[in-house]
Formats: sequence, structure tokens, C-alpha cells
Amino acid sequence: MSNEIDLSRRKVLKASGGVGLLALLGGIGLFRPSDALAEWNKAAFSSKAMDEALAGLGATTPEANAAGIQLTVPEIAENGSVVPVTVSSSLANVEQISILVDKNPNVLAASFTLPQGTEAFVTTRVKMGQTANVVAIVKADGKFYRTAKEVKVTAGGCGG
Amino acid sequence: MGMNRREFLQIMAIATAGGFVLNSEESYAASDASRMYDLPRRGNVSFMHITDSHAQLYPIHFREPAINLGVGAMSGQAPHLVGNALLKRFGIKPGTAQAHAFTSLNFIEAAKSYGKVGGFAHLATLVKQIRASRPGALLLDGGDTWQGSGQALWSNGQDMIEACLELGVDVMTMHFECMYGAQRIKDAEEGILKGKMDVVAHNVKTTDFGDPVFKPYVMKEMNGVPVAIIGQAFPYSTIANPRYFVPDWSYGIQEENLQATIDEVRKKGAQVVVLLSHNGMDVDLKLASRVSGLDAILGGHTHDGIPAPIPVKNRGGTTLVTNAGSNGKFLGVLDFDVKAGKITSFHYKLLPVFSNLLAADPSMTALMQRHRAPYADKLNEKLATTDGLLYRRGNFNGSFDQVILDALMKEKDAPIAFSPGFRWGTSLLPGSAITMEDVLNQTAITYPYSTLTEMTGAQIKNVLEDVGDNLFNPDPYYQQGGDMVRVGGLQYTCEPNAKMGQRIQDMRLNGELLDASKTYKVAGWAPVSEAARDKGGEPIWDLVARHLRNEKVVKVSTPNVPKLKGVAGNPGMV
Repeated sequence: MSNEIDLSRRKVLKASGGVGLLALLGGIGLFRPSDALAEWNKAAFSSKAMDEALAGLGATTPEANAAGIQLTVPEIAENGSVVPVTVSSSLANVEQISILVDKNPNVLAASFTLPQGTEAFVTTRVKMGQTANVVAIVKADGKFYRTAKEVKVTAGGCGG
Repeated sequence: MGMNRREFLQIMAIATAGGFVLNSEESYAASDASRMYDLPRRGNVSFMHITDSHAQLYPIHFREPAINLGVGAMSGQAPHLVGNALLKRFGIKPGTAQAHAFTSLNFIEAAKSYGKVGGFAHLATLVKQIRASRPGALLLDGGDTWQGSGQALWSNGQDMIEACLELGVDVMTMHFECMYGAQRIKDAEEGILKGKMDVVAHNVKTTDFGDPVFKPYVMKEMNGVPVAIIGQAFPYSTIANPRYFVPDWSYGIQEENLQATIDEVRKKGAQVVVLLSHNGMDVDLKLASRVSGLDAILGGHTHDGIPAPIPVKNRGGTTLVTNAGSNGKFLGVLDFDVKAGKITSFHYKLLPVFSNLLAADPSMTALMQRHRAPYADKLNEKLATTDGLLYRRGNFNGSFDQVILDALMKEKDAPIAFSPGFRWGTSLLPGSAITMEDVLNQTAITYPYSTLTEMTGAQIKNVLEDVGDNLFNPDPYYQQGGDMVRVGGLQYTCEPNAKMGQRIQDMRLNGELLDASKTYKVAGWAPVSEAARDKGGEPIWDLVARHLRNEKVVKVSTPNVPKLKGVAGNPGMV
């Protein structure tokens, strides 16, 4: 990997700021504000419990599928306010990827609608107040699949 | 101790005559002494490995733990073996120099007999000797090398950087090196180390775009064999230590990224692939079972002096996992024989560095003296003497921790004190002077602020549970590699095998149960928050030094260790 290319990409993105980043993602079809607004799922996003949130997504009994869904999270959060979560899937025809945190006040953290033909890869950051399971729900070919990993949120200190 | 080798051997003869039990086969006759370091080359690819010296340039005593409990699947498994259980597991005879190097058994007598360990001038002699027999051998430094002494702290690690260059370190990774601030290590990498030492870490990325901060690996050719060294920095640097030193960097174990990196170097033709790791041994053992394509993990962080590699099976074959102790006590030597692109055999030895058996290298000695000179007066100040053994290492309070806790409680007028469960910190024999240097050897960090905090009983329990889980979580990936926070004033019961929230029981102050809602004054140091930094408490070493000057003689009693539950018979306990 070339460092120079990385640095120039960094400069471009820094100069253009957050709007530029969104525009870039929008430009390649990853994120369309109109989609998000049109499909705002109030019931699911205001759910206080996992069952309720899954029902809100229409995913009452998702099938466990750790092989078809790659969920990348830190084992221990460096900062509970911004925990990086990446979900990708090798399943065919992925339509939607949702991220849930079972101990959060509002369980559903994010839901991405993927236009047909989009690479099934999303990355975002979620806020976590305590150690909890991060759950990824993938809708592919009309069916829901699930995988989960625990992320520890710790007070820190005393290492080494 | 200024004893030369001949004097030492004479004393050993006297010790033997005086009834000090030495096994005839391993006894310290001159021939045996030279045999310890007589290591014939066993292949065409060789790595030397040092780790966690914690800036101990001079010979020291370092008592290995008498308690290092393994929980879950790790119970009774290396590295969670101490004393005779460790000797038995690795076939080391009791009463030998090797037994002294690897255990705490009969520590005071053995330390007097065998003398100090480590010291970069003695290590340099050993490295030169091994290098001479192994053309092309690489010297790898697993990190926690630039921190741990007053001299290193005050010179911003400069003494250690120059000592490592003099020693001939080829590749390094990091932990406390980052706690001088992100700029320090990057400046060193791009300045004084450039072209001489590679700094590698595949698992350090920028927080914004995830760009690599360091080279993930370096490839070298050794006697015609392409080899790759991948770096793994301490994954919890921003959690166990202050985030503000490296605000723009993100760490983590990053298994997937490691696998991708291994695949990349294999594709580029590497025939031997090693991970230079600061994960800690439990994390390395789990990691070795989950990634494939690594021939060895040369590990550090948990300061486990493990005499033989632990082979771990995975879908790609077998990975050897080692851990090379701490404080400059050991040099790991790993030989691979590679024929037609394949490893056909390996040999590993973790050599203890006995200062009396290895002459001091003159040019390293000169370098050390040059760096010490500006600080010598300050370091040499005698603060008190100790009437007993002072040490730190072990899952719970060591006697040196107890000195720090007593100082904190007295100087801060607090009934309870906390001190971090660091695994570095050298040992002092009974009757020794305690100098400012000795105090700094326990405390020299870049966030040394002493604190006084009002905490409720519930908050105190939460802290103990949180740190307890960093040590005793049955899944190694959730362990941070330190020992239990040292506790002064407060008595408690600890059940390591219980779940988080249930390990800490029966907390009492002066015999009274702690009240969850009542507020207590708690003294401490080494806070990780920015708020504590901005408040700027007195550096812990000044507080402890004042206490020691007043005390004059430290009377060592049994440290305040918790009552343990559910671990009877665990071989991680002497």
C-alpha cells in the first residue's frame, strides 16, 4: 500500500469534510438520503427490547448464519461512544443490513437498505454504555439471517 | 554487586561446601557456566528475541510470581504454572540456576547465590556470542523496552533507543513506547531508527480512515531464505493506558487483518513467518489457534518466562508460541532449519542472563554511563533500607506494592488505596538500601499523578470487578494482561472462577462490611483520564520518596492479599 496515495486521499477528504464523504458514498450508491428518509422505520428504531426491534424489522426469527455474515467489532471498545462496527456478507442478493445492540436503550442502532447490485459491506460507529452483544441482521433474498459478537466496555486502567 | 566471574565461582564453591543444595549435573562449576551459553546453531534461520525489559539497563533481581492463576481452559496450563509445577512441566531440576531464573522458589537464598540478572552490557555480550555462531540472525524487540526507569522517563526513552541500536535490534513493536506520545515514536522511527531498525505493527490504524500508522511487517532474506516479521502492538494500549497519548490511533487484536497480512507475505514468498507480539501469552495462544500460516509467535507483555515453546494446532498446521519474560532477564533464541522452502526442524532456548556469568560489553557500558551521568545523583539518593524482600510480580499485592499503598494512605490520609497491577518493577533483597532509582523502577510512567477520590462502596466494588475481569475473564481476548489492582486498607475475598460482578466478595474496612451507598476516601495513582491529568496530582515517586525518608527502615510484613475462593490446588499458586 502506498503511503502517498493514502495521504492525498486523507487531504482530499479532510478538505471536503463530512459532506464530501456522504456525497462520495451517495455517488457510488451506498447511501441515498432519500432511501433512508422514505423508509424510516419508527417502530423498529424506538424499540426498547431485542424481540420488539426484530419484529419491527420483520425479522422475528432470523436464521443463525455466522459463515455468511462477517461481523467485525473490537473485543474491548477503545471508546464506548464510538464503537466501530463493520458488517459484510457473502450471501446472494443482500437487501438490508441492520445493526443492533442488545443492552442499548434503543436496541436498533442502524439499518441500511442496499440497492440491487451493491456490495454487501457497511461500516459505522455505534454508542455503547456497557458490555453488550452487537447483533448483525442481514436480509438476503427476502430471508433474515443473524450473527452476533460481544463487545466489552470497560473502565480501563491498570494494564501492563 | 561488583563481583567478577572468578570471585563469583569461588563464592559458589563456598556455598556448595556450606550445604547449599546444588544438583551435581547443573551445578555452577566453571564448565557448567560456559555450557549454559554454549548453544550450537541448529538451522539456517535464527531469531533472537528480547521483550519487556522495562528499561532495566543495569543488572537487577526480579522475582517471578508465586501466584499466576489460570482460569477456565487455561487452569493448570502454561503460562499459569509457578514454582515446582512449572519446573516439573518443563523438566527443570530444582535447586539449579535455571530453577532460580524461572521461579520464585527459595528466592532470597538463590538470589544471593546466583547474583543479579539482566543488564544490557551483559546481554550485549550474549547477543554478540549468539550472533557470531548464527550469521544473519535477527534480533527482535517485542516492546515495553523504552519505559520503566527514571533515566528512561527523563530522557524520553532516548537511553533505551540508543541502547537498542547498540545492541543491534533489527525489528521492534510496541506498548509503553506509545505513552511518550504518538509523535515521539514516529519521530524516532523516521529519525534515529531509520534504516537501522524497523518498527512494525499491523494492528495500529488511524481512527478516521483506518490507515496503517506503521509498517505492518518487514521481509528480510536470511541465508537465502525469505522471512517475514509481522508486528502486533499491545492491542489495548488505549484502554489500559491513557488514550490522550495516542488520540488519533486505534489498536485491537484485529484477527482478520492479521490473517490477510500473513496471506500477503506468504504470497510474496516468505518461507518463515513470525509474529512479534505484545498481546500477552493467553491472547497469543488463542490467536495461534485461529489464524493459519504463522510459524511462531514471539510474545511478550505478560512477562511469562516460559522455557519451551507451546505448540498450537490450527487449520494451517502448528504455530509455536513463546513468551520471553521481562526486565532483561532472558534472551530467546529460535532456530529453524529450512530446506527447499520448508521448515524441517526447530530449536528454542530461553537463556537466562546471569550477570556474573557474562562479561560486561565495554561499548554498551560506556553508553550506559554516558546516559546515567546527568541523573546519577538523583537516582542514587538513598531513601531508606528494607528489612525484608521487596517485590511486585504476582496476581495480587506484592511487598513493594504494599510500600506504595502504605505511603498513599498515610500521605493522603485515606483509609483505602489503589495501585496498578503492573507486572514490571524490580525486586530488592532484605537489608538493601531503597534508592530513588528503586522507587522509579516501580513507578516511572508518563501519567504518574497521585489522586484522592471520594468513592461509594458500590463504585469501589465496580473497580475491583472491572479489573478482576481484565485478569480472570475465561476468554483471553478480554484479558488486558496486567495483574489485579493492588488494594490497601480494604480486605476482600476473590473468587477468580466466578462471573464478572460476583468475583469480589465480603469487602471489609477495619472488619466492617463496606456500605454500597456510603462514601470513602480512596488514594491512588496512574489515572488514565484527561481530567485527572489536568488536575495534576503529585508524582507518585515524590510521594513515596517522602514517605520512605520519614520511615527510614521499611518493615516488610505479609502484603494485604485477598482471601481466595475456589482455587485450592491450582498449580498457578505456590
